[in-house]
Amino acid sequence: MREILNDIDYWRSQNKRIAIARVVDIEGSGPRDPGAAMAVNQDGEVSGSVSGGCVEGAVVAEALEILRNNSPGQLVKFGYSDDEAFAVGLTCGGVVHLFIQPLEW
Amino acid sequence: MIYQTLAERIRTNKPVVLLTVISGPNIGATLLVSPKLGELEKLGTLGDAELDRVAMRDALGELEAGRTSVRNYGPTGQVTPEDLHDTPTVRVFIESFSPPPQMIIFGAVDFTAALAKVAKVLGYYVLVCDAREVFATKRRFPMADEVLVTWPTPVLTARGSDLGPRDAICILTHDPKFDVPAIQGALATNVGYIGVMGSRKTHAKRLERLTEVGVTATADLDRLMSPIGLDIGSRTPEETAISICAEIIGKRVGRAIPSLSQGSGPIHK
Repeated sequence: MREILNDIDYWRSQNKRIAIARVVDIEGSGPRDPGAAMAVNQDGEVSGSVSGGCVEGAVVAEALEILRNNSPGQLVKFGYSDDEAFAVGLTCGGVVHLFIQPLEW
Repeated sequence: MIYQTLAERIRTNKPVVLLTVISGPNIGATLLVSPKLGELEKLGTLGDAELDRVAMRDALGELEAGRTSVRNYGPTGQVTPEDLHDTPTVRVFIESFSPPPQMIIFGAVDFTAALAKVAKVLGYYVLVCDAREVFATKRRFPMADEVLVTWPTPVLTARGSDLGPRDAICILTHDPKFDVPAIQGALATNVGYIGVMGSRKTHAKRLERLTEVGVTATADLDRLMSPIGLDIGSRTPEETAISICAEIIGKRVGRAIPSLSQGSGPIHK
């Protein structure tokens, strides 16, 4: 979180809407521990990361969707054996659980 | 307001814990808890006063341990939601923000700048201390959070009680006037890592001087990582800094790694 505060402050000063994605759990091997955070603004600009670069693209799409739908937040899972909509996964074979929500607090 | 307080606490290295409902009723609800002078400052709510109270109690335990986790509750704070019928489970993400670990480096030498730099990359709060004011300057160590011109004893007397398993003390002076009191002071703390620089010959002489001042207990001497660092064949100050920081990581997580302190023969082959 620390490393994305400056970008978030800057975006807030420009009244941009922001979604924040945080790793809340990992199963098996995962590149980032719980607490790793990434922020996405309404224009699709990104700060921080939640994996080794494997799932960030899909997280941006999901974050923009959450902002668009005024969703209060959503748990999203990315993993090796993921049969859900997203065809991205971690090459290391783990499963990462993210919570993505609008930064409205 | 929650974000602003969170950002301010993180930037000023103050402990704070953020709770977020990640599934169940009130998904997305947040509660921020900041311990302040024995009191708790609470911002936001998870949607129920009793749930807030129970989750907050767990959160403070997690914060103390520096852990981040997910806990399950009933909607009004029941701690065994799996026993409840027809009641949704509230999953709460408890995210701890602990102050960064500290590294105290005694000795303002060439290796100090490299070590301070690598320690900053790893997120340490870095303090450099040397009694010689021409060497211990902020200009020479701009990456350090603090540079103090003083002796080890006053520093460790003042701050030793704050040091714990996540923290490190690195003694890079080769000067017995300085490193003997630094070792004595370090051993009196619960610091997780004590590394002492010097060749095996220097270390043998140092052990003699430690014996003279009464430091002889095996449990104490076993805490000293000396010669400092992992046996990765480091030569430059920067490579040595990497070997020291790698040793600190390995020791913290309890891996068996080839430390120089467990070997014999010359350090540089």
